[in-house]
Amino acid sequence: MSEMSYRDAIRAAMMEEMDRDPSVLIMGEDIGIYEGTFRITAGMLKKYGAKRVIDTPIAEAGMVGTAVGMAMLGLRPIVEMMTVNFAIVAADQILNHAAKIRYFSGGQVDIPVVIRGPHGAGVQLSAQHSQSFESFYAHFPGLKVVAPGSPADAKGLLKTAIRGKDPVMFLESAALYGMKGEVPDDPNFTVPFGESRLAREGRDATIVSWGRMLQLSLIVAEKLAKDEGIELEVIDLRCLRPLDMEPVYASVSKTHRAIVVQEQWKPFGPGAEISASINERMFDELDAPVARVTGEDVPMPYARNLELLATPHEEHVVAAVKRVLYRE
Amino acid sequence: MTTVESIVDRSVTQKLETMLLIRTFEEKSAELKAAGHSPSMCTSVGQEASAVGVISALDERDLILTNHRSAGHLLARGADPNRVMAEIHGKATGYCGGKSGSLHISVKEIGVILTSTIVGGELSLATGVGLSLQMLEMQGIATVFFGDGAATEGIFHESVNLAAVWDLPVLYVCENNQWQAYVHRKETMRIDHISEWGARYGIRTATVDGNDVEAVAAAARDAVAYIRETGKPFLLETYTYRLRGHMEPDDQAYVDKEELSRWRSKDPITALERKLVTDGVLTATELAAMKETVRKKVEAAAQFAITSPYPTLDQLTAGVYA
Repeated sequence: MSEMSYRDAIRAAMMEEMDRDPSVLIMGEDIGIYEGTFRITAGMLKKYGAKRVIDTPIAEAGMVGTAVGMAMLGLRPIVEMMTVNFAIVAADQILNHAAKIRYFSGGQVDIPVVIRGPHGAGVQLSAQHSQSFESFYAHFPGLKVVAPGSPADAKGLLKTAIRGKDPVMFLESAALYGMKGEVPDDPNFTVPFGESRLAREGRDATIVSWGRMLQLSLIVAEKLAKDEGIELEVIDLRCLRPLDMEPVYASVSKTHRAIVVQEQWKPFGPGAEISASINERMFDELDAPVARVTGEDVPMPYARNLELLATPHEEHVVAAVKRVLYRE
Repeated sequence: MTTVESIVDRSVTQKLETMLLIRTFEEKSAELKAAGHSPSMCTSVGQEASAVGVISALDERDLILTNHRSAGHLLARGADPNRVMAEIHGKATGYCGGKSGSLHISVKEIGVILTSTIVGGELSLATGVGLSLQMLEMQGIATVFFGDGAATEGIFHESVNLAAVWDLPVLYVCENNQWQAYVHRKETMRIDHISEWGARYGIRTATVDGNDVEAVAAAARDAVAYIRETGKPFLLETYTYRLRGHMEPDDQAYVDKEELSRWRSKDPITALERKLVTDGVLTATELAAMKETVRKKVEAAAQFAITSPYPTLDQLTAGVYA
């Protein structure tokens, strides 16, 4: 174990896999000479050279399509998006091609490509640079969608993504890049997809979350335990697709109350899917309607005071917890 | 298993036979659609010289990515007509097990790795295949077939520009067939030749009469030789005409009759038949025998497709993930 930041854990995952497998490479805007807008690729060009750390023009569709074409021949490209917002410029290459080629080729062609980058709200980056895309990508069969909420998971899940045969959208929480945590050093350490994690044990209500909102939920859980004796159980989904709901069901059968905490907008967001799944499976177990804590339903404003209103904060989670406990 | 048979330096009579196979196959497909046997498809009738000429210049190392008019490319490359026809019918014996139909058919074993039905969708992937071939030192070249309609998509610019700056072994083949679904090319661009656009990216280009199979083959051989020697991309425009509609059935009511009849008189197959008989390369009897062989092959493919089973229901969810 080493203490490592979320940012360094992502880099370590990529470098370990590039050391292990010569077919792994990375491409993107400003990742080589400039070493990445968020310094994720620091030192990589120097170590692996320009053939495996490829600076591209500002051409997201062309670059993602190129990566998909490379994957067709068995290479394993990682595409770094300067922010995941820009990946929608390459939506045709991701959704119409990467997600579908194995299926419509009758299994002849795999697309082992990872598209990763900072995701979610930052600080005053305004409407085009602050979006969350979990439900957008997780809607599509053929894609895997991963959203790590800790440095160890960032490393272990990214290694699984790189080693797999499926296209993966790897959504990094920009706000967690500096977060530190214990990360296994073993180069064989991976975190499998589709295994949600019990992040905190509790008895009074279940919070379901992932990514940055997981960390917010854990802070609220500690606070409510200390101040009000409310013990929240917190489930970290880690992957939106494949989605492992079993630990959520197990928890709800204990607490009978659930709250989904997401940064994404409320309509048609992940919370709607999670809430519907809980209702389908354990309607009789619920003592309160499933609550959703979400971002405000507006394009992200720029002014700091408005931006703070648009994203979920501790008080929003606390209010939702009290609502499902009827302690308002 | 299908193999890429001796397609290098294929003789002119072999080229004619392959063109006849494509024509007969696609007309049969359209007929089966009209008779209610199969779903719809897009044909490449009138463009056979382009497919056969270009593919005759490739060898086993090369890979092909293509578009919604891909039956000609598949058959020219040596795909089994039975399995292509079965795929068009959505049958389990098709190359993709009935998962693609005519829209996404690929045959990896002969190097046709993608049919994309997003116009221009194949272009950036071909650039990536070129980059893979270069990185893996695999010698082959990536060949991508697209139309004049795809050239008006933004992805054309990104794909060709990337291949140019990275010196990738990609042969971009624009089959300029004058039609973009139901819109004539002249309504969508100010130029006549896509090669003019290609040249602006700093790569070598050529335009060739796409209805003359020997001219296409010669231009493609030159392009392929250049790519193998330099590792750099090339854009070859085959100037041709889509003689049937966009998608079967299509009454072509939107097509200028005078233009259509002018291009019909330049039909690549009748022109080649006439030439070979006149030059004494083929007798009229031999030509008739060739047509009969092709007809039987296509009839057999139709029977194979019609009598083949549909996929088993467990195939619904197979292959979404590895």
